[in-house]
Amino acid sequence: MLAHLINGISLGSIYAIIALGYTMVYGIAKMLNFAHGDVIMVGGYVSFCFMSYMNVPAPIAVLLAMAICTVLGITIERLAYKPLRSATSLAVLITAIGMSYFLQNSALIIWGANPKAYPNIFKDIEAFEMVGGARVSPVAVVAITANLVIMIILTLFTSRTKMGKAMRAVSEDKGAATLMGINVNFTISMTFAIGSGLAAIAGVLLCTAYPTLMPTTGSMPGIKAFTAAVFGGIGSIPGAMIGGILLGVIEILARAYISSELADAIVFGVLIVVLIFRPTGLLGKQIHEKV
Amino acid sequence: MSITKKASAASKKSFINYGIVIIFYIVFQILVSTGNITSALKGQLIPIACYMIMAVSLNLVVGISGELSLGHAGFMSVGAFTAVIVSAAMGDASNPARLVVSIVIGALLAGLAGFLIGIPVLRLNGDYLAIVTLAFGEIIKNILNCLYVGIDEKGIHIAFNNPDAMGMSATGKTVINGPMGAVGISKISTFTSAVVLLILVLIVIQNLVNSRTGRAIMAIRDNRIAAESMGISPMKYKMLAFTLSASMAGAAGAVYALNYSTLVPKKFDFNTSILVLVFVVLGGIGSMTGSLIAAGVLVVLPELLRKFSDYRMLVYAIVLILVMLVTNNEKLKGRMDIFAKKMRMKVSKGGKK
Amino acid sequence: MKKKLLSLIMAGTMVMAMAGCGSSADAGAATGTETGTAATTDAGTGTAAPAGDGALTGTLKLGVIGPLTGGAAIYGNAVVNGTSIAVDEINAQGTGFSIELQAQDDEHDAEKSVNAYHQLQDWGVQAIAGTVTTTPCIAVSAEANSDRVFMLTPSASATTVTEGKDNVFQLCFADPNQGSASAQYISDNKLATKVAVIYNNADAYSTGIYQTFKAKASELGLEIVSETTFTDDTTDFSVQVGDAQSAGADLVFLPIYYTPASLILQQAAKTGYEPTFFGVDGMDGILTIEGFDTSLAEGVMLLTPFSADATDDLTKNFVSSFNSKFGETPSQFAADGYDCAYAIKAALEFYAAKNGGLDVTGMGADELCEILISVFTDSSFSADGVTGLGMVWDTNGQVNKQPKAVVIKDGVYVGM
Repeated sequence: MLAHLINGISLGSIYAIIALGYTMVYGIAKMLNFAHGDVIMVGGYVSFCFMSYMNVPAPIAVLLAMAICTVLGITIERLAYKPLRSATSLAVLITAIGMSYFLQNSALIIWGANPKAYPNIFKDIEAFEMVGGARVSPVAVVAITANLVIMIILTLFTSRTKMGKAMRAVSEDKGAATLMGINVNFTISMTFAIGSGLAAIAGVLLCTAYPTLMPTTGSMPGIKAFTAAVFGGIGSIPGAMIGGILLGVIEILARAYISSELADAIVFGVLIVVLIFRPTGLLGKQIHEKV
Repeated sequence: MSITKKASAASKKSFINYGIVIIFYIVFQILVSTGNITSALKGQLIPIACYMIMAVSLNLVVGISGELSLGHAGFMSVGAFTAVIVSAAMGDASNPARLVVSIVIGALLAGLAGFLIGIPVLRLNGDYLAIVTLAFGEIIKNILNCLYVGIDEKGIHIAFNNPDAMGMSATGKTVINGPMGAVGISKISTFTSAVVLLILVLIVIQNLVNSRTGRAIMAIRDNRIAAESMGISPMKYKMLAFTLSASMAGAAGAVYALNYSTLVPKKFDFNTSILVLVFVVLGGIGSMTGSLIAAGVLVVLPELLRKFSDYRMLVYAIVLILVMLVTNNEKLKGRMDIFAKKMRMKVSKGGKK
Repeated sequence: MKKKLLSLIMAGTMVMAMAGCGSSADAGAATGTETGTAATTDAGTGTAAPAGDGALTGTLKLGVIGPLTGGAAIYGNAVVNGTSIAVDEINAQGTGFSIELQAQDDEHDAEKSVNAYHQLQDWGVQAIAGTVTTTPCIAVSAEANSDRVFMLTPSASATTVTEGKDNVFQLCFADPNQGSASAQYISDNKLATKVAVIYNNADAYSTGIYQTFKAKASELGLEIVSETTFTDDTTDFSVQVGDAQSAGADLVFLPIYYTPASLILQQAAKTGYEPTFFGVDGMDGILTIEGFDTSLAEGVMLLTPFSADATDDLTKNFVSSFNSKFGETPSQFAADGYDCAYAIKAALEFYAAKNGGLDVTGMGADELCEILISVFTDSSFSADGVTGLGMVWDTNGQVNKQPKAVVIKDGVYVGM
């Protein structure tokens, strides 16, 4: 039981980091960035290449992957999303889906279809023994810590810094933010930069925990993390974290005690129940409608 | 005066759509009968018609009712697997009878699924509604993954998650085998039946849209609170559109399923829902003509791109992004408007001469 | 009006996009040949040879269908690459017989696979080495059966692939054979008393082997203490491995492909669980995963018809030419594809020798289909390949060849 719980929290922490990227972008640009899951995959491949082909030490490889994903995120935003700023949200959604196909198939051509086994970053560190014989792998510890640290930094960033405040202003009202002298385009680019950087971290953690790397590696975790973001109330930073962890725990427990085939159905079922009682997610803002 | 004018414009639009479908049918029927068609295209005729039904039925929800649904393939799979069971159970009947009954029962069950799912889903709004439809699509797929159905002389046996629990006699035949899906489906769908169904679906949707009910649905889409204060019940009308759309997807699924000898639940996952949504958005939200054309073009496109081998899906992705960028670009749109106006001027001038 | 305009623009863009595709298509095809995927290998030296002397002449149009993109692309690409090696070798022999190869992508989807099959028909395919994966193969084989096109599938191993279709043959083992052979081997060599099974229940291959393994195991008195499943998207195996561990299984049977198997081995290492792992032919390839720590696979046993480390000339030659062309070690799928091309050639030669020669150029697929059926079901016909010597087929289309048990020691296969 304890072992399953720890596995669930570890998986959930990875979902949470991905969900943070979704939630940031959604909160500020009001778009579902379906290509986010594929940026994770790119992060995984890039760090893999640095570590396996160039023997770059793991921490530096992670930083390089973050840098490349950040540039990628900004480029995607500039080329594909920015021209659609005034278009309907559905048009943006389809473009994001197109971008997701583009990234997956580019990866297929560049890195081939054969799965790659991701190197174990924590090879030399022994798993911790817990009370009751459960073992906690180092990647679980790192994932949980990274998740907490990222959440705290992001919360401070959005509430204390000028850039963060600008982001909140843009998320409230783009027009008013422009009038206040905020560069909306730059702010949205920054959001994509942060989201993509986080995706790189998530990619490294995901591949370390489940060490297989394929062009489709990011798509399922991407959808799950999107679910987690909605679960916690999309647009809310602590909500993404809580949603991610709950989702991970429910998934692992359902797989262990009910049925591995129905695990995903149970995860989505819980999401539906939550949304029926809290239509904007656990920590989402209640919006009052006006005519 | 202006109302009758509007009505006639609407029916004119409807006739364009019937025209497109009928021309599509006649052209390909002639090509097939004279043998002037590649077998690649011939094999795709039924799927194209099915995807067209999927596209127009999803357009009813997304375009007319204004709700983003990401789980449309789920209803298709309900219709598909129901049809597989029904047609297997009616093994002795004639093929057209089996096909019609399969489509009807498939559509009814998918409609029922749509109704049940609609109850929680339609209470939500916007992106929350979208994610819940996605969730239901995945749940349907997961449940079908655990479903085992067999037929023997005593009738139909159904088991969940355990094929041995069906308790079939030795002569029994497994129809649906969990995640491995259905095998040995008798292929009884025909291009004609698919087109007839497509026309029926178009008649229902277009008459609905031009009726009092349709105007109520669109009023809710445009301003729910205002519509509600006019005495229109949003839940009732949204539910009507959602259920109708689900049952049409079920009918499409039935025809689709009976065109292949094997079918797996995984086929109807999130990606298929997205594929149909792409047809609707690219064709123009709310435009049935657009949905028909987009479905036809986009189903054939990946096949035309086969020459690119590995780069095929990459090209498809780029085409998708470029089309979205071009059609939604304000500057280009403005230029195109001017261009279109000039063209019209020229045409009308030519007409006068 | 705006909407109408929108659809107009869209239609226009589509037409333009397609026109663009048409003009640059040649370039695409050319690169395709070079990389070997979806290659249309040119017919080599085949010119007219004297008929009537029992010789096989002409050019055979051979089609391959498999997933070249998407999640299962690894299997399709391996088969296509393996087949192209065989085709290159055959064409280089200059015997007057040559093969023109075309591979079509099906993304591991039944609908796309039938589309791919129709594409091959438009090209004028005469026989098909495919399809690679099971579900699409069932769909395509039904079409091929009514069209009378011969199919030899390199790797679709479910019995439903060949059932009731006289024109469909398998080059790989049918699932039931592998399951019972594995149980027999474990029992004969007393490898374990408590067995755990982890299988993919979304996969016909895996489930098929599991079912026959279970039946044979209970017959032989092997106790199965843990049975857990997963599906194609699964990457987290903590639950499955944990269940086997807590049930105290001393052998874990893995009737699955090597990608999930590698994850299970890593998960087991993480939790300090060290049973014997026993795999089937899908496990082959685990040592070739780029970046995989092969020490984790130490002591893994598997039954496989092909091992890239075998020392016979046939295998050595195949592995070296595959390595020089594609820069990697061929997997079992590649070997199956390689053997498919040679088996079809052998069958045609067998017929030619008996009937005073055969010129396959321009022959109808249906005519060729009947010829190949008659040869494959002929009890005196057998084919040699890298996945087995003296392969023979029964009338159900199933192959009979000998599996080899190998164990992984110091990162290489060692025969047992």
